[in-house]
Amino acid sequence: MVAENVAFWIIAVAMAAAAIGVVRSQNVVHAALYLVVVLAGAAAQYILLAAEFVAWVQVLVYIGAIVILFLFGIMLTRAPMRGDTELDNDQRWVAAVTALFLLGVLVFLLVDAFGDRSIKVDNSLRAVGLSQNVADSIFRTYVMPFEIVSMLLLAALVGAVAIARRD
Amino acid sequence: MLDYAWIIVFLPALSFVVILLFGKKLPRHGSEIGIAAVGASFVLACIAVVQWISRVENASESGGFKALGKGFLAKAGAHEVVVKPVVHSVTWWQNGGMKIGAGTQIDGLAVVLLLVVTLVSLLVHIYSTAYMHGDRRFTYFFAALSLFTASMLLLVVADNTLQLLVGWELVGLCSFMLIGHWWEEGVNSDAALKAFFTTRTGDIGLMIGVIVTFFAAGQTFNIVSINEAALAGNGGHAIWLGAAVCLLVGIIGKSGQFPLHTWLPDAMAGPTPVSALIHAATMVVAGVYLGARMYGVFWQGFSIHAGGVNAMALIGGVTIIIGALLAFVQDDIKKVLAYSTISQLGYMVMGLGVGAWTAAVFHLFTHAFFKALLFLAAGSISHSGSHHSFDMKRDMGGLRKYMPITFATFMIGSAALAGLPPFAGFFSKDEIIATAGHSGYTTFLYIGLVGAFLTAAYMTRAVYYTFFGEFRGHGEPHESPPAITIPLVVLAVMSVLTGWLNATVIHVEKFQQWFEPRFAFPTDVVHPSFEWGMAGIAVLVALAGVGVAYEYYWRGVGHGATERNPLARAGYTFLLNKYYLDDLYERVIVAGIKGPIARAAYWTNQNVIDAVVNGVGKGAVVVGRFTYDVIDQQVVDGAVNGVAEASGETGGLLRYMQSGRVQWYAAILFMAVAVLSLALIVFS
Amino acid sequence: MQLNQFLLLSAFLFCTGVYGVLARRNGVLVLMSVELMLNAVNINLVAFSAFNHGVSGQVFALFVITIAAAEVGVGLAIVLLIYRNLRSPDLDQVDQLKG
Repeated sequence: MVAENVAFWIIAVAMAAAAIGVVRSQNVVHAALYLVVVLAGAAAQYILLAAEFVAWVQVLVYIGAIVILFLFGIMLTRAPMRGDTELDNDQRWVAAVTALFLLGVLVFLLVDAFGDRSIKVDNSLRAVGLSQNVADSIFRTYVMPFEIVSMLLLAALVGAVAIARRD
Repeated sequence: MLDYAWIIVFLPALSFVVILLFGKKLPRHGSEIGIAAVGASFVLACIAVVQWISRVENASESGGFKALGKGFLAKAGAHEVVVKPVVHSVTWWQNGGMKIGAGTQIDGLAVVLLLVVTLVSLLVHIYSTAYMHGDRRFTYFFAALSLFTASMLLLVVADNTLQLLVGWELVGLCSFMLIGHWWEEGVNSDAALKAFFTTRTGDIGLMIGVIVTFFAAGQTFNIVSINEAALAGNGGHAIWLGAAVCLLVGIIGKSGQFPLHTWLPDAMAGPTPVSALIHAATMVVAGVYLGARMYGVFWQGFSIHAGGVNAMALIGGVTIIIGALLAFVQDDIKKVLAYSTISQLGYMVMGLGVGAWTAAVFHLFTHAFFKALLFLAAGSISHSGSHHSFDMKRDMGGLRKYMPITFATFMIGSAALAGLPPFAGFFSKDEIIATAGHSGYTTFLYIGLVGAFLTAAYMTRAVYYTFFGEFRGHGEPHESPPAITIPLVVLAVMSVLTGWLNATVIHVEKFQQWFEPRFAFPTDVVHPSFEWGMAGIAVLVALAGVGVAYEYYWRGVGHGATERNPLARAGYTFLLNKYYLDDLYERVIVAGIKGPIARAAYWTNQNVIDAVVNGVGKGAVVVGRFTYDVIDQQVVDGAVNGVAEASGETGGLLRYMQSGRVQWYAAILFMAVAVLSLALIVFS
Repeated sequence: MQLNQFLLLSAFLFCTGVYGVLARRNGVLVLMSVELMLNAVNINLVAFSAFNHGVSGQVFALFVITIAAAEVGVGLAIVLLIYRNLRSPDLDQVDQLKG
């Protein structure tokens, strides 16, 4: 398992650095690009966990659609792209304290609760992550949430149009 | 009436109040009320006299009023029956066994004085309606006269020493008011003050005497009890001597004895009716009355039965002489009469001192009438003859032609005063002198004779200057109106008749019989019977006085003696300056005491009292400033402002909760979540 | 692989997202931070699904992705509206609820 661990750590560090870049970058577009790195890294972690369907959906929806949405949003709101305006507000330090505090609590909790569990990646796990298995699960066991989510998507779509409409 | 004697006192007091309230509006400005009240009192006093006499007569063996008719000449053989005085009293106030009461004690002495006071007061009231006509304070004058009459009567009927003291002080006050009736002129107010202060000095003795007798008599103020205790000699001789001395000081002040006589001549600054009433007939005899009333104390204290010399007789004797001498050098007729009064009061006090109680009181009785007569006559002269002046040498003279009634009555009064028979003064003065001789007080017998000589002489001088020679004044002298002359005539009649009440020459001793007390009174008082020899000597002495004066003034014998003889001149100057007594009193004694005391009082006031007051003021200022600066500004305001600031600050802080910014709310939210989860972890 | 390393990674991403939500001034950047948080949650879900050998975790993750997409759409619409009204995407100026 050494190869997986190494892969995990490399990707994890990249993701962490990129996440910090998202929240600390003074350039909005750079922040969006850092977000792409994070999302990509997340997809890679899914692959490591033998969840191939989720990984590809992540790439397609998140990176492919949502990030484009962000970029459109940046463009439409004439967000400053040159990095000469302050992008952090006055409560940075409060936020930092809060985040660190929360991190501390979560770390403590997780280490305490799941200190020595490990994930065995074997063929049964790979069988779980197959697209076929996931699809079966969606359309059989979780078909109701599936329908509701599609309604929600519709509502969101209509809502977004209604909100952003010029009148 | 004996039981209701308080009415006699009450009527003038009531009239005082009524005159004050309503007098000014009445047609005669209040005088009618005064005359009515005093007149009623006089009538009641007459009734009281009659009732007392009948009481005495009924008690004695020869008893009854019927006997009076044929027994007027009867010898007073019923001495031994004791007739008690009629006493009524109410307890005012009690404090642990000490009772203070008010009441009346009517006995012979009291009814005599009641009669004298009310009669002379009534005559003076009538006289004043003419004399004080148009005066600036006519109504107040009559009010003061009423108050005086009431006070004197209160003193006379007193059954205890405290009431007597009250009456005593009140008459002193009225004297002050009346002497200073025309107080706008400084002379008058000065004279009033001098009278008041001098008698006050004597009153110290009186007050101490009252206290001493209170304790000596076993804690009672009752006069009868005090007399009884004194005669029994309770507590030893020394205490009664002390009491007698103190009371004597009071008598000296009030009755113008040496050395406190200086106020009486100056008191002549008051209106003449006042001089007649107060300083001849009534107030000045208050001292003699005290002596007669508390005779037991004096009898015991001064051992009067022993003869020789005692303080009372001595002072009386000295007073006779110095008063008479000073009467010689006065130009003012009222001053002559004033010194004469001093001298006659000396006779009364000396009489008491030698044991001649009845004689002294009888002399008081007769003297009241003829001295009042003389004063009122002098007033009549000034009113109608000398343009309100009393200066004999300058403004009078030859007035017998113009004022016959005044002249006649004045002559009667002078003869009575000089002691010439058949006038009243002869009988009363002669008795004093005789008793002095019989009781072993021979020195005073001689003094009495010398006094008689001098009295006759100076009265002759006064008569000469006033009524004989040429009229030296200005204006038109004429006789006075009836309101003035009628009282003169009444008094002249009294001066003639009253002497015969105790004319021992014909064995009439009615005065003694009726009025001498036999209750709480020394039983060994001497009553000498009439001696032709003694009486003859007295008359001769008086005539000699008249004769010498006649020679000097009418005939001019001995004129100019003071220019030729330096000793005579020195004597004359000494007399003129009234023995320098006034200077001694004012410049030496008073100034010596008053100066340092006044300076000390001023120093105390400035440095001690003012320092305290200023210190308190400064302290208050400091406290106030401290309170303001520290307590008010810093503490109180600080608290108030602090509360306001705290509220503001808190509000300012809490303002941030509602910033309106979503991210702030989110921050709080996440923070809360973190804290709660921590809490969950820790506590589960 | 340890379960914990995925969970810790997820916690780290989540807290970074929290910081970003609270500290960023631009509305778009806030939404990006929200995406970070959602991704952290997704990683958590998939990790547990692998741990449990079950598929429901992955299904849930799919749904989260869907909803995230919807949310971004609506969110950006709102940001656009704000920008239109305030002439600036600065969230600090959206303080009409200020008391």
